Amino acid sequence: MAPFPIEQLFGKFIAYVIYFVIGMGFGAVLEMAGFANSPKLAAQFYFKDMTVLKVMFTAIITAMVLIFLASGLGLLDYDALWVNPTYLWPGIVGGLIMGFGFIIGGFCPGTSIVALAVFKIDGLFFALGAIFGIFIFGETVDAFAGLWNSSFYGRLTLQDWLGLPAGVVVLGVVLMALFMFWGGEQLERIFGKRNLSNDPKGRYVGALAFVAVALIVFFVGHPTIDDKWNRIAEEKQPLLDNRQVQIHPGELLSLMHSDMYNLVMIDVRDEADYNLFHIQDAQRVDMQDLHMTALRLQNLPANTVTVTICNNETQSTQAWKYLVAEKTPNVYILAGGVNYWLDVFEHGDISSLPHRQGDVLEHDFNAALGANQAAAEPDAHFLQQLEFTPKVKLAKKVKRQGGCG
Amino acid sequence: MLSNKPKPYMNPYLAGLLLGLVLFGAFFITGNGLGASGGLNRIIVAIEDAFVPDHVDRTPYLLKMAGGDKKPLDNWIVFLTIGTLFGGFVSGVFHGRLKVETNKGPNISVRTRWILAFVGGAIMGYGARFARGCTSGQALSGGAVLSAGSWAFMFAVFGGGYALAYFVRKAWN
Repeated sequence: MAPFPIEQLFGKFIAYVIYFVIGMGFGAVLEMAGFANSPKLAAQFYFKDMTVLKVMFTAIITAMVLIFLASGLGLLDYDALWVNPTYLWPGIVGGLIMGFGFIIGGFCPGTSIVALAVFKIDGLFFALGAIFGIFIFGETVDAFAGLWNSSFYGRLTLQDWLGLPAGVVVLGVVLMALFMFWGGEQLERIFGKRNLSNDPKGRYVGALAFVAVALIVFFVGHPTIDDKWNRIAEEKQPLLDNRQVQIHPGELLSLMHSDMYNLVMIDVRDEADYNLFHIQDAQRVDMQDLHMTALRLQNLPANTVTVTICNNETQSTQAWKYLVAEKTPNVYILAGGVNYWLDVFEHGDISSLPHRQGDVLEHDFNAALGANQAAAEPDAHFLQQLEFTPKVKLAKKVKRQGGCG
Repeated sequence: MLSNKPKPYMNPYLAGLLLGLVLFGAFFITGNGLGASGGLNRIIVAIEDAFVPDHVDRTPYLLKMAGGDKKPLDNWIVFLTIGTLFGGFVSGVFHGRLKVETNKGPNISVRTRWILAFVGGAIMGYGARFARGCTSGQALSGGAVLSAGSWAFMFAVFGGGYALAYFVRKAWN
């Protein structure tokens, strides 16, 4: 399934040739659109020539509907695509600054490179200026690194932010773009005094085609968490069957007392059970919120170990599958769940894991003390009495390479 | 090669469609979108690393790209950027648009245009790294995959441009 790890598959040389060829396509299209010509680019901001708007947004909706269609059909793994991480305020402030630079200089970095390629001297000056500006940034950024790294939301998508299915957002973006094209053409007619009757009528057909494809994307839907699990089930199910990811309460205790790992405990039981008893620092998460949890976990440091917890193992195993399907690294399951934990730490019963049916909390409590009880945070000396096979091993962090530098 | 008869530009919707296909192709094959400022960034860092490697090793922002043994030019975006340059050139040749000239508004001199281009470029370059990408890397690529930050960025770019447009109108009109 696309995308492909081309550097691993073909080696660096061929991979870089592929990028070079893609770049060629990029540069050629920009030139053909007339973007080596700075007055044409600037005219966008005087409503005379909306080429920039038309090219940019047509490109965005074209790529977008194809990406989501391919993803919905299981041809492309959207989760493996580079989605620019959101640093909200640096993005907005940087964008404003770029807008100023655009209208003063008449280019953006990409178009200035193309202008340079066709011998435009203003393009050359702009590119030199850009390099200088980048140099200044590099020398000064560490002084305000805190600001520059602020408002980080990780791999936040519009569909996650709005809480809507991707297909709805895709359709919405297509409709918004078509509206902007129509509006842009009216502005061109008024300010640019362009005669619109010379434009090809085919563009209306094109508009309908985009709406049609967006509707198809909407109906095809996008892969559910079960779809994502099924893709990796063959590889990952044995880990469950061979009990390689179910950790003994003693191992969880050692993680709690360890400085080496950043431990995150996800308790997927209902509120009632959680309030009766939960392990200190275990966070309660509903099964349907696991997608957002996975997103959050992605942004945590590389030494983060996640342990899913329920009363026995039924729900926590399901949660484990979901988190692994969302590419969360270092996820484990508390073997025997809260029931076994309490067997060991409340009742001192260290015999091997009992087999329990269902997912019911089988210990009684007089009051709902949550984590305000001894068994919620057992003392480290317990570790001396317990025997278990440690299973936690940190996966090597695969650094997803991408983005502009 | 230098022709006197430049061919007219392509219809913008068609150009956008083609650009969208290139962008989709990039994502489909490699998982990455397009970009430009990153390439320029790495070029300047490589130059710095050649002259003042110790300074690079002491500056956290530069360290990530060129610290120690790291080769800043050993990165996909650099090759994409070189390809962009080459593709623009080839298209210019085919369409008879290779011409040494300075494009500018009718009411300013060539010299003024050069200064504005440099200043605008500097502001742009700074802003692009501040935003962690430019219109190619953030707006086009991030926009297509629905990154929330990229969309916010995109509107900010247009907003900034329109906000300042009146004040620099003499440069273009």
